[in-house]
Amino acid sequence: MAEKQRAQKVLVKRHSGVTRITHWTNVLALTLLLMSGLQIFNAHPALYWGMKSAFAHPWLSMRMVEVGGAPHGQTTVGGLHFDTTGLFGWSGAEGMRQQRGFPSWATIPSYRSLTDGRRWHFFFAWLFVINGLIYLAVGFIGGHIRKDLWPNRAQLKLSHVLHEISTHARFRFPKGEEARHYNVLQKGAYLAVVLVLLPLMLLTGLSMSPGFNAAVPHLIDVFGGRQGARSVHFISAGLIVLFIVVHLVMVVASGTWNNIRSMITGKYAIEVEPKGDAA
Amino acid sequence: MSLTANRRRWLGVAGATLGSLWLSACDRLTNDPKFAGVLQKAEGLTQRAQRLVTDRKALAREFTPADISPDFKPNGTIRPQDDEYVALLGNNFADYRLTVDGLVEHPQSLTLAEVRGLPSRTQITRHDCVEGWSSIGKWKGARLATLLDRAKLKPTARYIVFHCADTLEETLDGTGQYYESIDLVDAYHPQTILAYEMNDATLPVAHGAPLRLRVERQLGYKQAKYVMRIEAVDRLDQLGRGKGGFWPDRGYEWYAGI
Repeated sequence: MAEKQRAQKVLVKRHSGVTRITHWTNVLALTLLLMSGLQIFNAHPALYWGMKSAFAHPWLSMRMVEVGGAPHGQTTVGGLHFDTTGLFGWSGAEGMRQQRGFPSWATIPSYRSLTDGRRWHFFFAWLFVINGLIYLAVGFIGGHIRKDLWPNRAQLKLSHVLHEISTHARFRFPKGEEARHYNVLQKGAYLAVVLVLLPLMLLTGLSMSPGFNAAVPHLIDVFGGRQGARSVHFISAGLIVLFIVVHLVMVVASGTWNNIRSMITGKYAIEVEPKGDAA
Repeated sequence: MSLTANRRRWLGVAGATLGSLWLSACDRLTNDPKFAGVLQKAEGLTQRAQRLVTDRKALAREFTPADISPDFKPNGTIRPQDDEYVALLGNNFADYRLTVDGLVEHPQSLTLAEVRGLPSRTQITRHDCVEGWSSIGKWKGARLATLLDRAKLKPTARYIVFHCADTLEETLDGTGQYYESIDLVDAYHPQTILAYEMNDATLPVAHGAPLRLRVERQLGYKQAKYVMRIEAVDRLDQLGRGKGGFWPDRGYEWYAGI
């Protein structure tokens, strides 16, 4: 009967203990780093390129401006002005609005305090770095990065990549045997985050430190100067947020509880065709 | 259909509730002295790590005249209102004396002309404010190391404190006077100077006339302006509110290398 032919669910081992622990440590550290980072940004909500700040010409700024006697939040990107009242530049409950880059719900602490923001940021920066080094060391030595994350030749074929993109766009995900391994889009996204974006956060962060600049004088030039490093730090934080949004959408779309369980217990359920003699 | 709408609304409310719980938990932790103490541990780690990878004499980058900021931003006190300073300024600092005392063998009292007569150094460096912006300026000043050698530090001296003329905050206990301090590694660094010229002109009042400290491997708030007295000490906890500087007393890191 057709009923009997239904796929069976089996639990497979998906994530190692190190992956799971470093993943959740990273969730905590990155959340706190992002929110305390926005607090620090708010101390001078303007970004520049180069070594120094040309105060009259930031490429991005969030300000309060008076329009017809009424305060408005104005975000300027590359010379274009956007009214962002309530979100960027001028936010808070009606009647209690204040001038601030990012709104209170996005920062740690929620009230304005550069000193507390820095305390949170630099403490969790250390946690993030130690956690990241453990992940990368184990990932390279133990083969996780080579075996699980590095795409193979067949996956890198253009036709295959396009196929994956079109199925993902329709929220159709690999099933059965295929689901045992990461697909090429997952691999690409994870590698970009763990080998490019997260290390870039550390390097641009260090490049903003006058003490570190004296120790390693030329790193700052890679980012076009100290203000360039601050801009790249901000942009790559934005890309990480974008990754997290897509990541969470994909987690929900491809089976919320199965995915969350696999990152907690390590076990992931896949559907396999029953063997012929099982009938 | 209404089930989905309900579910969405429920998820929205749950998300908002969790979010505000998270925020108030973070605010509460920020104000908990024990937790704040744990967060502060990172400062010592950062200082040790930076000192470990940095040569004692490693220089901060120096720039060319073309790099100088036309819009170098003055911050903190821009024009001290303190009577003593106003009087000194009124006389164009003719009565100014730089005091060097504390744990030294030979306390000093120098006129501005005497400070200008000391071995000098000129450097074009970047000033990084803790707020996030940077400006580049050219500084000429007396090397602090020469001055300290002349006063001869006692072996017990561990920090150099800079007492300033400006009151940045009105307080009842007088802890609103600006001051800063550095350790001997930074005090003897070749780029550590008491600047009396900025961008080839006499140091303007907004930038700390007549003398401002430059400690080029640290953030802007360490660059004490309106320096009146240099004191060698063995501990910082008896000055101001005990943290070694006006801004450190208000929660900022004493070691401002990052």
